[in-house]
Amino acid sequence: MLAYLIRRLFAAAVMLVVIVMVVFSIFFLIPKWAGVDIATSFVGKQADPSSVKAVAEKLGLNDPIYAQVWEFFKGIFVGRTYSAGGDVTNCSAPCFGYSFRSEQAIWPVLTDRFPVTLGLALGAAVLWLIFGLAAGVLSALKRGTLWDRGAMVVALAGVSLPIYFTGLLSLAVFSYGLGWLDAQYVPLEDSFTGWLGGMILPWITLAFLYAAMYARITRATMMEILGEDYIRTARAKGLRESVVIRKHAMRSTMTPILTMLGMDLGALIGGAILTETTFSLPGLGQAVLNAIKNQDLPVILGVTLITSLAVLIANLVVDVLYAVIDPRVRLA
Amino acid sequence: MSENPKDAAVTVPAQSTGTVVTKADPAPGETLLKVTGLQKHFPIKKGLLQRQVGAVRAVDGLDFEVRAGETLGVVGESGCGKSTMGRLITRLLEPTAGKVEFEGKDITHLGVSGMRPLRRDVQMIFQDPYSSLNPRHTIGTIIGAPFKLQGVEPEGGIKKEVQRLLSVVGLNPEHYNRYPHEFSGGQRQRIGIARALALNPKLVVADEPVSALDVSIQAQVVNLLDDLQQELGLTYVIIAHDLSVVRHVSDRIAVMYLGKIVELADRDLLYKTPMHPYTKALMSAVPIPDPARKAAKSERILLKGDVPSPIAPPSGCRFHTRCWKATEICRTTEPPLLELRPGQQVACHHPENFADQAPQDTVLLTDAKEAAELVSEEALAQSAATSAAVAAEVGATEEPAKAATEAEPAEASGAAEAPATSEASATSEASATAEASGTSADEEPPAKEK
Amino acid sequence: MTELSKSGAAVGEPTGTSPAPTAFLEVRDLKVHFPTDDGLVKSVDGLSFQLEKGKTLGIVGESGSGKSVTSLGIMGLHTAGQYGRRKAQLSGEIWLDGTELLSADPDEVRKLRGRRMAMIFQDPLSALHPYYTIGQQIVEAYRIHHDVDKKTAKRRAVEMLDRVGIPQPDKRVDSYPHEFSGGMRQRAMIAMSLVNNPELLIADEPTTALDVTVQAQILDLIRDLQKEFGSAVIIITHDLGVVAELADDLLVMYGGRCVERGPAEKVFYEPRHPYTWGLLGSMPRLDRDQQERLIPVKGSPPSLINVPSGCAFNPRCPYADVPKDNVTRTVRPELTEVGSKHWAACHMSQEQRERIWTEEIAPKL
Repeated sequence: MLAYLIRRLFAAAVMLVVIVMVVFSIFFLIPKWAGVDIATSFVGKQADPSSVKAVAEKLGLNDPIYAQVWEFFKGIFVGRTYSAGGDVTNCSAPCFGYSFRSEQAIWPVLTDRFPVTLGLALGAAVLWLIFGLAAGVLSALKRGTLWDRGAMVVALAGVSLPIYFTGLLSLAVFSYGLGWLDAQYVPLEDSFTGWLGGMILPWITLAFLYAAMYARITRATMMEILGEDYIRTARAKGLRESVVIRKHAMRSTMTPILTMLGMDLGALIGGAILTETTFSLPGLGQAVLNAIKNQDLPVILGVTLITSLAVLIANLVVDVLYAVIDPRVRLA
Repeated sequence: MSENPKDAAVTVPAQSTGTVVTKADPAPGETLLKVTGLQKHFPIKKGLLQRQVGAVRAVDGLDFEVRAGETLGVVGESGCGKSTMGRLITRLLEPTAGKVEFEGKDITHLGVSGMRPLRRDVQMIFQDPYSSLNPRHTIGTIIGAPFKLQGVEPEGGIKKEVQRLLSVVGLNPEHYNRYPHEFSGGQRQRIGIARALALNPKLVVADEPVSALDVSIQAQVVNLLDDLQQELGLTYVIIAHDLSVVRHVSDRIAVMYLGKIVELADRDLLYKTPMHPYTKALMSAVPIPDPARKAAKSERILLKGDVPSPIAPPSGCRFHTRCWKATEICRTTEPPLLELRPGQQVACHHPENFADQAPQDTVLLTDAKEAAELVSEEALAQSAATSAAVAAEVGATEEPAKAATEAEPAEASGAAEAPATSEASATSEASATAEASGTSADEEPPAKEK
Repeated sequence: MTELSKSGAAVGEPTGTSPAPTAFLEVRDLKVHFPTDDGLVKSVDGLSFQLEKGKTLGIVGESGSGKSVTSLGIMGLHTAGQYGRRKAQLSGEIWLDGTELLSADPDEVRKLRGRRMAMIFQDPLSALHPYYTIGQQIVEAYRIHHDVDKKTAKRRAVEMLDRVGIPQPDKRVDSYPHEFSGGMRQRAMIAMSLVNNPELLIADEPTTALDVTVQAQILDLIRDLQKEFGSAVIIITHDLGVVAELADDLLVMYGGRCVERGPAEKVFYEPRHPYTWGLLGSMPRLDRDQQERLIPVKGSPPSLINVPSGCAFNPRCPYADVPKDNVTRTVRPELTEVGSKHWAACHMSQEQRERIWTEEIAPKL
């Protein structure tokens, strides 16, 4: 088990380096080869040539590539300074870039917005796991009944209805119509209940989509697992059916669910753009959207990096959980 | 079925060395397929960099030949490499080392295009009639596929030929347009056979052709294979784990254990007087459908434990960890596959039913003594007696000069009789202490000098 | 979830009139039918037999003959593992030591499972849960029926593993199934099924997935354990060799029904049903001189949805025309006594069958 953990951690570290290099290439190397002036894109099209030149020097765009890569890495771990002549800009570690347009480092922007997105994703995940799994298991156990069919129709609706539709609908009904909830985001530090109130609708909206997917997967997996020989063995031992389901079938059902959860969580943290936009949540998704609108490349770069990290960490956690559940994985 | 297998057995592999491909069918008894030093190791890769940390030595040095018109049966337990062997000789797998010659032509490293003409001559029948047929194709398409792949237009068209093949294997030619799922398991296996026969092959390699079928259906397919061989003069290599089926269909039989052939003999010799202890154990393990034998547990040799891993096979003779006759030499020296009797090749230092090949080595390994507990005393006594008798016979008639060998094997078999004599138990105790104390047991031979 | 475990099969009305039997296990007119889209699959269609403690019954038949369905029916496993609307329909009576199981409360039957009746399955790799250690699974089996702490149960598990011949049981008890070889897994499975000293052990193709030398070990083990525990054993297999090794009585199934039943010696030496002849003629035998040709049964096993009318075997039977008036195709033959405790279901007269067996079949085997 320990060897497995070390292997996974090592693999994650290697992956991290690879990700940084790829992101670097996308933002610095490929445009260079393509003949796009990187400095201009960092400053904005309407910038005057002198500031473009200054940014180019600050970023070291004229240095050899290995030096640029090194500076980039160094920035993440120990911070870096952007200097052009006497004009020095400090960016302390972890430096995920610097927006020369808004004259601020990216990292504080990310740390401001990250908790919002994380809270949204995790809260929704808890909801969709509870409801998705429960609905899926019940459907599997009552297959062919009215309950099963009903649940699957709702699930189908959940999968097919877009977030902005369900989101706006819920806003219209619960916030504007019934007035139960205030559709205003309140930071957690300010007021827990306020935060909760602002998050409930986004959670439900997001969870509805995912719960539907999870219910369908759970139902299919559960039905397959219930046909396994070892479930028959468990019954042959004289176990109560509820124990058979909980102890034997559920554990096997969890494996594919976990795999999905890792990927979904990672992707959501990278930007639940639709949900955040619909509910005006100041999360990473919104930041990206704004950055794209303003062509603020450093922000996009920063978010890309942090998203990759999130996916990486989520997958690491899933891998570890996987090994806890399935002993065979520890060998591989 | 070669009429005179013994004659053929003596032939040196002379005619097979030529590189000219003769398109004419080889005469019965001539070598059709010759395999030398065939190996297949599957690498085991581990870690991030996928370094090779070892290899599954699935097939680890095979030498045999298949003669035109005969059926070579290959038996062994799972993991012995028999299926890998089948895939190697049909070149579905690339050998790690060794040589495969078909009709004198080296086909070991032929590429896809080089193999194409050969694919006509060598066909394969698979175990699972459910997964080896494409469910989306009609059986007409399935059986006709080889013609299209080879660009052959049979006389009267593909459809007519396919229908003829269907009737040859006992299916209704009108079912040309049906899909595999409309057929039962036995019928599907017939479809697989028809497909294999489409191009009129010379060699058919069948991997467990009947093991997925019900008993009553098995017999149908076995009989069909038999009939086809007689009508079409086919040569078979039939790989199976069922010893009774193999005996029924084969002229000669190769017994495999952990990637090696331990015994290769004419059918009757093998079943009447098996020489390798593993062959003997394997045959005695087959349950006999005769309730009168229920009580006769003593006839059975129970091997202890499981087949060792082919990743790290035991040193010396690979069977020594489970053999009740194993001595020091078995642990250190790998026995070569020798033709001890015309038509019977064995790789064993202490064969059953024959003179001991290493008579000086009499001290049983501790493993062997544990294994011997599982062998009934009757079986042990019987094996000792026959070995002694055969040894005496051989010693007396053929090589009177080596009269000494007569006495020693007898003594050796005495030791195998285990607790019978005090002398024997003394030697086994000696070996036990030697095994326990010395890490290098190689240095303890004085025990047997008397 | 209690309603789940009670959602049982449609239980046929217990006849009630027939008295409780004296045999340890008695199955009377057992029927197991499964409704499907294509029609009603009559997997078992009227099966009766008895079994005493200390005896072994071999049930032989081909795939689809209903032999495995029978065993699951006795264990009550059709009822337990069934969700959705389409339920298996069971009828008849299964008496285990004076208790009728089909009409009993499913929870009572559950309590018998694993304690008084246990089962070994064909493929031990898929029959053991891959995520739990061998020890955990045996401990679970023990603690369902015994109110002991985990330590005691684990000691018991080690003891059982030792008994079935697993080396270093105190270490291996913490291994996972995938760390065992096929033979070891089946031993562990046997240890698990015997942990509660069941009086009835059902082994469904216990050696089919194993190599022949390992099969010999396992058969030997089952035989020894039966002697030791004195349980009643049902061994289900397609391999006549395996039943000849173990069984006292033999039951040959075809198309969901019993075609012949009797002491093993009788069925092997004086079989009185053409299907039994077919089975015997189909298998090559190591203990005889080389047969020139096997005598297969023509055709394929019947569909269980459209079982042939009359005798289910009639389309494949070479003697279907021996009885007069086409009865083989219209009337279903009942089991009739053809010797002491020996029954067969065939329309041919006893004399005809005796003559065909001794003159036509036996010499060719």
